[in-house]
Amino acid sequence: MTTPDRSRISLLGTSALLFEAPGAFDLPHQRRIWSLAAIASKWPDIREAIPGITNLMLTFETPPRELDTLIAALNDGWDAAEGLAIGGREIRLPVTYGGEIGSSLQSVADHCGLSVDDVVSIHAAPLYTVFALGSHPGYCYLGGMDPRITMPRRQTPLQRSAGGSVSIGGSQTGVSASPGPSGWHAIGHTSWTFFDPSWPTPAALAPGDTIRFEIERVIR
Amino acid sequence: MIEILSVTGPASVQDLGRFDQYRFGVGTSGAMDDVALRAGNILLGNDENAAGIEIPMLPFKLRFGRDMAFALTGADVEAEIAGRVIPPWWRSHVGTGDILTVKTMPRGARLYLTVGGGIDVPMVLGSRSTQFRGEFGGWHGRPLQPGDVLPCAASSATIGELGIEPAGTTLARPNAAADETIVRVVIAGEYDGFDAATQTLFWSSSWKITPQSNRYGYRLQGPAVKPKAPIEKRSHGIVPGVIQIPPNGQPIIQMRDAQTSGGYPKIATVIRADLWRVGQARLGGKLRFEQTAYTDALAAEAEMSAYLERLRTNVRLVEETRTCR
Repeated sequence: MTTPDRSRISLLGTSALLFEAPGAFDLPHQRRIWSLAAIASKWPDIREAIPGITNLMLTFETPPRELDTLIAALNDGWDAAEGLAIGGREIRLPVTYGGEIGSSLQSVADHCGLSVDDVVSIHAAPLYTVFALGSHPGYCYLGGMDPRITMPRRQTPLQRSAGGSVSIGGSQTGVSASPGPSGWHAIGHTSWTFFDPSWPTPAALAPGDTIRFEIERVIR
Repeated sequence: MIEILSVTGPASVQDLGRFDQYRFGVGTSGAMDDVALRAGNILLGNDENAAGIEIPMLPFKLRFGRDMAFALTGADVEAEIAGRVIPPWWRSHVGTGDILTVKTMPRGARLYLTVGGGIDVPMVLGSRSTQFRGEFGGWHGRPLQPGDVLPCAASSATIGELGIEPAGTTLARPNAAADETIVRVVIAGEYDGFDAATQTLFWSSSWKITPQSNRYGYRLQGPAVKPKAPIEKRSHGIVPGVIQIPPNGQPIIQMRDAQTSGGYPKIATVIRADLWRVGQARLGGKLRFEQTAYTDALAAEAEMSAYLERLRTNVRLVEETRTCR
């Protein structure tokens, strides 16, 4: 993934607008996104401000007649945003690497020119930060993956990937909360409940929480 | 209440959708043809967000558990109750025990059955729509099965027969061929990542709707549309209508059950005023994209709103005339 040197703003039809921040995929930039999201969610005609990975989607309650004001507000908001440091919880997640669900472990190793054990230890080493929720109910995008285990997304997305899959997509990693289609490469799995619509806050994790993967088992 | 007797394919309970839960990774769900669902609810005097049943495949059969008004909107179908033919985009009335049979769908891809008062399933996270991936909302978060008995809310709706002009007639696009759906799109973030020849290919191609198309997304088949250089985006929010180009160059239109975020390059987004047309496009059929500006997309939405407003007015006038008699 290339590092953009200036912010980009693009339309998602008439329903939403996407702001992509300049700079690196790292925690300081993500903290500014969290800060911008908190501000933008209070703007008129904005239904929700949804952080992505160093980007922010605004969905419209009513599509604005003209976009210039909103675009200027986003750019100014980004320039002024002080990083919002969210002190989240730390979660330990036992992971079984490889096996049927983590069947891409070997291909990630091959692609990266590493051994399976290297991929596992590199993946389990960092303390990851939940950067954003998205994709499907309760799914967390994590920041902090070692770039040595980067692997581009699939040429054609899979129709179905298992719930609890620990996967790599580009230079990102995450854990799926339920079965469904995916363009990422699963290298392992965990059993944990990430989402329940009956909880007061339906998702178990929130941006700013941290995750440590514990190697429970490696199936070679 | 109504009892499902026979169902083919993933029929589900849907309202207009769940629009403010993106930050938890929860997509909109909701009717693939929201215009048809609204029209059915307008015919019945319901809240326009009342839940109905989306029926994508036939045959379909159900039994009404009490006297009630119902409406059929969306796809053209051959439907009957005890030998009485129910025309499309029509409100009618049934008695306890009446059985509705829908046999064929000559045009369109999704039928909406709405009932006076609406299907009364619990609101979950602000909507009655089925969230298949999360297995909640709708009827136990799953497609309908024979034997399911769905509760219907009480209704004060009037009971006379009434028909309205289908959205497909009023909002017909002038240049649409019979076997091809033309949808207007606004270009998206990575459009400029494709060279001019490839952009032309995207606009000029007639895209085949593959059998792998459903409420999650429409996977299209045609000439490979590939960017100048591979584009791998950081994951970001997406909405129904976004057209992604995975590395194989075959576009995917994200639909109501799509993931809420993605990273494949986006070439364009189907405008809200035309998303229902995609929802009514059949597997094996053809789609063509037409570029439109943001302001024109807003004008198209206004046109759609005006159609719905006319329906509201007409239905109200008919009720007032009946009351006066």
